[in-house]
Amino acid sequence: MSGKALALLRGGPLVNAILAKIRELAPKAVEAVGQAPIKIMDFCGTHEYTITHYGLRSLMPPEVELVAGPGCPVCVTPAFYVDTAIKLSLEGVRVYTYGDAYKLPGSGRPGGGIRSLEEARAAGGDVVVVYSILDAIRRASREGKDSVFLAVGFETTAPATAAPVVRGMLPSNLTIINVHRLTPPIMRYTFERHRENPIRGVIAPGHVSTIVGAKAWRFVVEDYGIPTVVAGFEPVDVLLAVMEILRQLSRGEPMLVNEYSRVVTWEGNRTAQKMIAECCDVVDAAWRGIGFVPESGLAFRDKYRIHDALLQYGIREPGPDEWSYDLPPGCRCAEVTLGMARPTDCPLFMKVCTPGTPYGPCMVSSEGTCAVWARFGGGGLAEEIARGIGLK
Amino acid sequence: MCLGVPALVKAVRGDVALVDFGDGVEREVLGATYEDVKPGDIVIVHAGVIIEKLKDEKLDELLRMLNEFREDLEKKADELLRSLSYPSEPTYGG
Amino acid sequence: MTWFIRMWKRVTLAHGAGGRETKEVIERIIRALVPREYWTVKGGTGLDILDDSALIPIDNGYLAVTIDSYTVKPLFFPGGDLGVLAASGTINDLLMAGARPLAALDAVIVEEGFEFEKLLTITRSYTETLYKHGVSLIGGDFKVMPRGEIDGVVISSTGLGVVEGEPIRDDKIRPGDKIIVSGYLGDHGAAILASQQEIGVKFNVKSDVKPLTDLMLPLLKEYRGRIHGAGDPTRGGLSMLLNDWAQLTGTVIVVDESSIPVREQVREYAEMLGVDPLSLASEGVAVLAVDPSVADEILDYMHRLGYREASMVGEVYKPSNPSHAGRVLLRSITGGVRILEPPSGEIVPRIC
Repeated sequence: MSGKALALLRGGPLVNAILAKIRELAPKAVEAVGQAPIKIMDFCGTHEYTITHYGLRSLMPPEVELVAGPGCPVCVTPAFYVDTAIKLSLEGVRVYTYGDAYKLPGSGRPGGGIRSLEEARAAGGDVVVVYSILDAIRRASREGKDSVFLAVGFETTAPATAAPVVRGMLPSNLTIINVHRLTPPIMRYTFERHRENPIRGVIAPGHVSTIVGAKAWRFVVEDYGIPTVVAGFEPVDVLLAVMEILRQLSRGEPMLVNEYSRVVTWEGNRTAQKMIAECCDVVDAAWRGIGFVPESGLAFRDKYRIHDALLQYGIREPGPDEWSYDLPPGCRCAEVTLGMARPTDCPLFMKVCTPGTPYGPCMVSSEGTCAVWARFGGGGLAEEIARGIGLK
Repeated sequence: MCLGVPALVKAVRGDVALVDFGDGVEREVLGATYEDVKPGDIVIVHAGVIIEKLKDEKLDELLRMLNEFREDLEKKADELLRSLSYPSEPTYGG
Repeated sequence: MTWFIRMWKRVTLAHGAGGRETKEVIERIIRALVPREYWTVKGGTGLDILDDSALIPIDNGYLAVTIDSYTVKPLFFPGGDLGVLAASGTINDLLMAGARPLAALDAVIVEEGFEFEKLLTITRSYTETLYKHGVSLIGGDFKVMPRGEIDGVVISSTGLGVVEGEPIRDDKIRPGDKIIVSGYLGDHGAAILASQQEIGVKFNVKSDVKPLTDLMLPLLKEYRGRIHGAGDPTRGGLSMLLNDWAQLTGTVIVVDESSIPVREQVREYAEMLGVDPLSLASEGVAVLAVDPSVADEILDYMHRLGYREASMVGEVYKPSNPSHAGRVLLRSITGGVRILEPPSGEIVPRIC
């Protein structure tokens, strides 16, 4: 993108103009809905990044609340799979991982208290962080060592796993721990849990949409009547989404809008969809602290099970009956992840559970909502400090 | 989730494409995940994998629409005043 | 059970990454083991303010002392090597305390089997960088460790300098001070990341590693006493440095994103990896906290000294509420404010 386009999408007069419109529409939307504040949920870690990175919450009028939904595939990865990777790394199998999962805590049980791949590496485990599965494939081919790839991620990342499998690019010494998860099922799950105080608008995940297509979110409007905007990741993209949601609410006409048409199409990436379908079956799958969600995960089809690390190393996945709640007692991380509770609603927050002595996964992982709130003092601290010193 | 970064395709060799993330930041990525990737395409790369093409004309359309939106608003003086009064310029820095 | 047993069983790479974890090790292990009265020499500074150099009072000024261990992968990187890095780091740590660098000592540990030619190149870089900036190498130590017990070469380098007049002590930073950055941030960190295999790219940005004598000595000559704080944003980058300053002085520091100089390529690469360019290291950049009355003048002088990208990026404030002390705020180019947190852990690429 040109510098000029970026400048327009990140700042300047346009932002002020959209904000003016948002402030104008917000009270009308509240009137139409009959409830305040208007809860708008994003389902994407990168949208959440844009919102915090550019301080967009500090620009919202009081009628609008931006809520983070389950947009991080890393935080919802069950402890079982992290533990499995840690154990393999300590047994001399090389574990390739994306940086996100490198610090992700498991149960803390393997190896006498090793909680993450980062700690496993310090304890002598063989762990390598890569940017892409291509790096793992090349290094595994070159070095010939028994290796696994910890494949986390939503639909966006699934093609990175499916393509090498389908195209026969994987060397025989590299197998995959497949923990891919799907977003529409968890979105439904989240809406159901928010019935009391409903979500009024959805900023749909832009890069998930590149794969599944904007059409994947039709159900949000049709089944739940929630305005939905597929949005890009520049500040202006997110602000436009908020503006559009408020506009729809004030008119009482929920629609599905694709603001990110420069990248996302209605049908999505057919090639990638075919590869995922060829490689994997859709199965019921476990989410951290939440449990099994129907048809929310991917598992290798029989013809590709030779690439399944769990099969290769004789590790059996727990089924729904054997599922054990993988959060510590009293921890409300699952509700925080679903946007149903704020960290401050949890009785453990900053009492038993602090960044120095974390208790639940949301506090351990630095991207976890609780850790962010603990460090930043919750949503409004930056604005509070800014007001205090007379900045505006 | 899902960080995606635009990049220019420089070359394609089988399933792998060489892309430029801007000003000479070059890297090989997996291109098999998108049909018909060609040198010169602008693509979105996620975790070292091409997931979509960027449609330049759509971006131009958005930018044009945004500009019109801005001009439209600028015609309305009261809104403009409000839009300029918040947030104000920072009082520090050079 | 002490904190680190609960928190960490073993030392991880994060503890040496220069961010929050390194700080915890220093504060909660090293400082905890030294009685407070032994943190400094009487009348000087040391573990109390953890500045770039420690100060020992002498006649008409101070002796400035610093030590650092240098290890980098790869040993030879675009724009420099381990030797230049060690010499520049030593010199810059002295300059940031307001000292004139005088002498250095090094302790070199080499892995058995390491090629002499490479050792020669690294040592030449180290010694040349020192003497070209007027610094004598007055002693050192050389050891070899068995193959596999150390990775290549590690250099520990001590620097000695004199402060003729008022030193720069970062605890003197006060509300009203302007923050100035001398050049593009993050070049070194980006160049190193780019040259590492698993997350590497072809990248035409070089490390900015260099001694800042041509900047700091003239500045000290003209503006000593008006420069209240100085630091080089090495590991942990600008984010770490400003957080250290804010915590040390109980202030709030506000920076304006649009005025912070970051090279376009570095921004692109950081974006590709999903890391914050403000957390990437620079090895040839000075960050100054200066008296507001001469801030524009100092900036102008820096431009004339050849530091054309030098920019005023923020200001120091007195917090309205004591609980806000030690925070760093960033006003984004969009106009929103957020807290600029100190970096934590190793820098690893992320997918989401």
